[in-house]
Amino acid sequence: MPVAVEGLRKSFGERAVLKGIDLSVRSGETVAVLGRSGTGKSVLLRLLVGLQQPDSGSIRIHGQDIAGLEMDQLNKVRMKIGFLFQQAALYDSLTVGDNVEFPLRRHTTFSEADRKKRVHELLTSVGMDGEQNKMPSDLSGGMQKRVGLARALALEPDILLFDEPTSGLDPITSTEVIQLIVKLKEERKLTSIVVTHDVHSAKHFADRVVLLKEGSVAVDGTFGQLTMSRDPFVVEFLKDAA
Amino acid sequence: MAAYASRATFSGRTRWLDLWHALKTLLRSFFEWFGELGLFCGRVARAAFTPPFEGAELLRQMDAIGAKSLPLVALAGAATGVVLSLQTRESLTHFGAKAMLPAIIVFSLLKESGPVITGLIVSGRVGAGIGAELGSMKVTDQIDAMEVSAVNPYRFLVATRVFACILMLPLLTLAADACGILAGWISSTLTEPVTLVRFLNSGLKDAAFSDFLPPTAKTAVFGLIIGLVSCFQGMRTEGGTAGVGRSATSSVVLSSLFIILADVVLVRVIQVLFPT
Repeated sequence: MPVAVEGLRKSFGERAVLKGIDLSVRSGETVAVLGRSGTGKSVLLRLLVGLQQPDSGSIRIHGQDIAGLEMDQLNKVRMKIGFLFQQAALYDSLTVGDNVEFPLRRHTTFSEADRKKRVHELLTSVGMDGEQNKMPSDLSGGMQKRVGLARALALEPDILLFDEPTSGLDPITSTEVIQLIVKLKEERKLTSIVVTHDVHSAKHFADRVVLLKEGSVAVDGTFGQLTMSRDPFVVEFLKDAA
Repeated sequence: MAAYASRATFSGRTRWLDLWHALKTLLRSFFEWFGELGLFCGRVARAAFTPPFEGAELLRQMDAIGAKSLPLVALAGAATGVVLSLQTRESLTHFGAKAMLPAIIVFSLLKESGPVITGLIVSGRVGAGIGAELGSMKVTDQIDAMEVSAVNPYRFLVATRVFACILMLPLLTLAADACGILAGWISSTLTEPVTLVRFLNSGLKDAAFSDFLPPTAKTAVFGLIIGLVSCFQGMRTEGGTAGVGRSATSSVVLSSLFIILADVVLVRVIQVLFPT
C-alpha cells in the first residue's frame, strides 16, 4: 500500500484539527479529499510529507512509518513523493527552467545536457515548453501550477499530492489543470491524493472520495456513494457545492 | 464615599494585575525567543557541518552579501575618514598636537570606527535583505517546497548565508578601513598638503599587529550575528506580507543591537588578550 494512515491526530494549541483519520490509498489510485475550509485537508497532506509531525497515529509510505524518521531517511521517502502546493510555491529567484531543474541538480548525477533535456520533456508534458527562461512572476496562476507540477514530477515520484490544484483559477484554467491530472493518471499510473473543495472537479479525476467533517472521515467511497449518502452533513455539503 | 474608595482600590489592583500579566508575557516571549534561537543555531550547525556542502550557493551568497555591499561600505568608510579628519584637526590644533592627526585617523578607523560602521551598514543592507527574502519564501511555501524536494533549507538557505556573512565582514571592513584612511588623507591634504606615504608612515608608525588584526577579525562575529539573527527572523515569519515587513525590520534592529552589545564585550576581550 503506497499510503496508509491510521488514527492520525493533530492539534494546534487547544484546537484539534484531525481527530483520528484512517486513510489507505492503493497503488495507481486517485483519491480526492474533500471538505469545508479548516477541516484539516491541507494539514493531512503536510503530515504525509513530514512537514508537520502528528500528535499520534501512524503514517506509512510504502510500508515505512515516517513519524520520527531522521532527516536523511525522511528525505529518501520524500524523493518518492511529488507535491503541488496551493500557490505552486515556485522559487521566485529562479527561472522556470531552473525551478524544474532544481531537484534534478540536487538529487541526480545527470550531466547538464541530460538535465536540460529532462526539463524540456517535463515542461512539454505540462504544456509549458518554450517558457524556460521566464520568471515565475511573469506567469499566470494556472501556468505557475503547471510548472509546479513539472517540478513535482522531476524525480519521477510514484506518489503525487495536490493541495487545492484548482483554487484561485478561472473555470477554463481549472479545467485545463484537471485534464492534466487525468492525463498524468492515465499515462503514469501514479498514486495521487488531491485535496480540494471543488466537488465537480473531483468527479472527473477521483477513483474514490474522502469527505472530512471537523477532522474526522465522514464518507470514504466512490463519488456515487457520496451522492447517494443521506447523511445531513453530506447532503448539505453537496448542496452548497452545487 | 466608601464605595468610591473601594472601586478606586479595585481599579488600582486591576491595573497592577494587568501590568504584571503584561510583564510576564513579555518575559516569556523574551526567553522563548532565545530558546528558539538556540534550537535554530543547533539545526544550522548540524546542517552546516554535514555533507553535502553547498559550495556554489555559498559563492553566490558571498557575491550577494560581500561584493554588492562593497560600494556602500566603502562610501561609509570614506565619509568616516573625512569626518574624523575635519573634526579632530580643530581639537588637535587647539592642543598643539596637529602632527598626531594621521595616527588618530588610522587608529580610530582600524580599531573601532571601521569594524562597527561596517557591521552596522551590512546589518542594514544584508540583514533586511535576508529577513525579507527568507520571510517571503516562508509565507509563499517556498521553504516547504524545498524541504519536500528533500533539500535541507537549513543547509541550503541558512548555513550558506551565515558563512557568507562571517567570511565577507572582515574583507568589507578592510575595504572600509582603506577607504577611510584614503579619504582622511585627501581631506587632510586639502587643508595642509602632505604626501600619502608620509601620512601613512606617520599614521602607522606606532601601530602593531594587534591593533589591526583582532579588531578586523571581530567583525567575523558581527557577520555571525547578522547571518543568524536575520535568517532566524526570516525563517519564523508568519502573517503574509505584513509579516515579511516585520521580519525585515526586526532583522535589522536585532542584529544592530546585538552588534553593539557584542562590540562592548569584544573590545574588552581584545584588550585582555592583546594588551598594548
